[in-house]
Amino acid sequence: MTLAVDDLRVYYRTLKGDVKALDGVTFSVSDGEIMGLAGESGCGKTTLGKSLIRLDGRMQLMGGTVSLDGVRLPLADERAMSAFRFKDVSIVPQYAMSALNPIRKIGRMISELLDSRGVSYRDTRPELSRRLALVGLGDEILDRFPIELSGGQKQRVVMVLSTLMDPSLLIADELTSALDVSTQKAVAEMLVEFRDRGFVKSTIVITHDLAVLYQIADTILVMYAGKLVEKAPAGELTRDPRHPYTRLLIGSLPEVGARISEKRLQGIAGRPPSLLDPPSGCRFRARCPLAFAKCVEEPPFVEIAPGRHAACWKAAA
Amino acid sequence: MLEGGSVTLRLENVTKVFRTGTFGGGATVNAVTGVTFDIRPGEIVSLIGESGSGKTTVGRMILRLTPPTAGSITFDGRDVSTLGGRGLRDYYGRVQGVFQDPFSSYNPVFKVDRVFEMIRRAYLPTVTGSEWRERRRRALEDVGLEAADVLGKYPHQLSGGQLQRLLISRALLMDIEILVADEIISMLDASTRIDVLNILGDLRDRGLGVLFVTHDLALGNYLSDRVVILQHGRIVEMGPTAKVFANPVHPYTRMLLSCVPQLTAKWDATTNDDPRAVPTNPVLQLVGDDHYVER
Repeated sequence: MTLAVDDLRVYYRTLKGDVKALDGVTFSVSDGEIMGLAGESGCGKTTLGKSLIRLDGRMQLMGGTVSLDGVRLPLADERAMSAFRFKDVSIVPQYAMSALNPIRKIGRMISELLDSRGVSYRDTRPELSRRLALVGLGDEILDRFPIELSGGQKQRVVMVLSTLMDPSLLIADELTSALDVSTQKAVAEMLVEFRDRGFVKSTIVITHDLAVLYQIADTILVMYAGKLVEKAPAGELTRDPRHPYTRLLIGSLPEVGARISEKRLQGIAGRPPSLLDPPSGCRFRARCPLAFAKCVEEPPFVEIAPGRHAACWKAAA
Repeated sequence: MLEGGSVTLRLENVTKVFRTGTFGGGATVNAVTGVTFDIRPGEIVSLIGESGSGKTTVGRMILRLTPPTAGSITFDGRDVSTLGGRGLRDYYGRVQGVFQDPFSSYNPVFKVDRVFEMIRRAYLPTVTGSEWRERRRRALEDVGLEAADVLGKYPHQLSGGQLQRLLISRALLMDIEILVADEIISMLDASTRIDVLNILGDLRDRGLGVLFVTHDLALGNYLSDRVVILQHGRIVEMGPTAKVFANPVHPYTRMLLSCVPQLTAKWDATTNDDPRAVPTNPVLQLVGDDHYVER
């Protein structure tokens, strides 16, 4: 088991109180697994991704543990975590396209970054060239400024850079969202290739796009309002979703071939609850067509079939 | 909402050349080249292309936010670029746009009601208070909003989907005939974006003509009657949506379709390279009923 997350809680401190963005999540990611993390804006998926590598100033660790390859990560300790970042846990941040320093040439930026980790740029250079070539970039890119690259090129540079130290865990946050469909496919397939070549052991791919996850992920974990909703192998989750939220979410996605005149799709009525003061019980119950009396108690995230987990009283049956 | 069915927005051989470099002294970029198509009442036309294909520029030229370099855009038989003063005001009373980012379409300092009040001041100054409130209520109802839920609120108190629907209802207040919808749902969540799409579908059924600008082929297919595919500013294929998607002829359209991630089928292992160079003298050829392909 590469990554084990146990009852992780991360709140945002605000003047109005704590925003419970991540309210007790427990899951694991195995060696070689690409896990998709899906959900709508504000469900806590980005908070989860960031928590595993660096808590920013507003994020407060309220409880829970995370271990990677059997070693417990000192999440709350900014300095102690530094030893793990980049080498063991790495991230391709959201809007990675603007993550590159605009006043440094790509090569110099990478060299400075490696320097800060005590790694020699000169020794890494052959491997860097090999990996750039793998994603279709030539060495000349190292002499360019970020502004001279296209969005897809920048995305690929960040991918290569983030995985240069062969981390155990890579977190890719909305890696493909800002890209055109053709570039999106190329970048998404890169994630699989990097795993297959052993550049990263496990990957968490954060996105709102379930269709992209179905293409590349082994498993998909769906979140809603700071809680886990369902986790299953990618094919099973998209073919046979068990949690009502997952079902409605998948039902609202138009496939190529679906037409409004033939089959009118429905969205999900209502809005997610405020995480300042979330309701007790199941957080989806106000919007759920299957909600019944028992939903005022919080459903546990349990195994409902081999390899399948869900947090719903009705899904367990 | 609308009567008659003859008013058409027509683009003919529209070209846009941008100058680059400081003070426009550098090279030129052909953003849009020789684009010809029209939008009829009661019809949704999807304008599909990747970033840099010129799709937003086409929408902006229709809304007169950018002048075309060559070619003409006519509405109801009149050249849009010659409109000024009263004529232009009337044009904006019939042709309106909604854009990608609902959060930056509002001034955060004012309540959202202000977008309605500005329309009233400019276009409906003679309408009485009670009639105005009734019109506003109906326009909100058309997009599935309750007046009590949204009026009197500040933009940050509403969701992206609500803000986007408010902007559509603002356009509806004026009995518009053509709506340019530029990526209006790409910032919305999956569970709410389909509702906004359905609203466009309903308005189409009542006679509105919509130019639906998008990079998402699945959405374009779900909603539109006709589809126009842009590549590097040129139309490479256009025709009835069902025909183009069932039988894509141009290599670029095929490549785009093959790259769309689906929930039921995996990507095949083909490459994503731009399938071919632009022919030296490309022309649109008819390959089927109203179905054109650049050859």
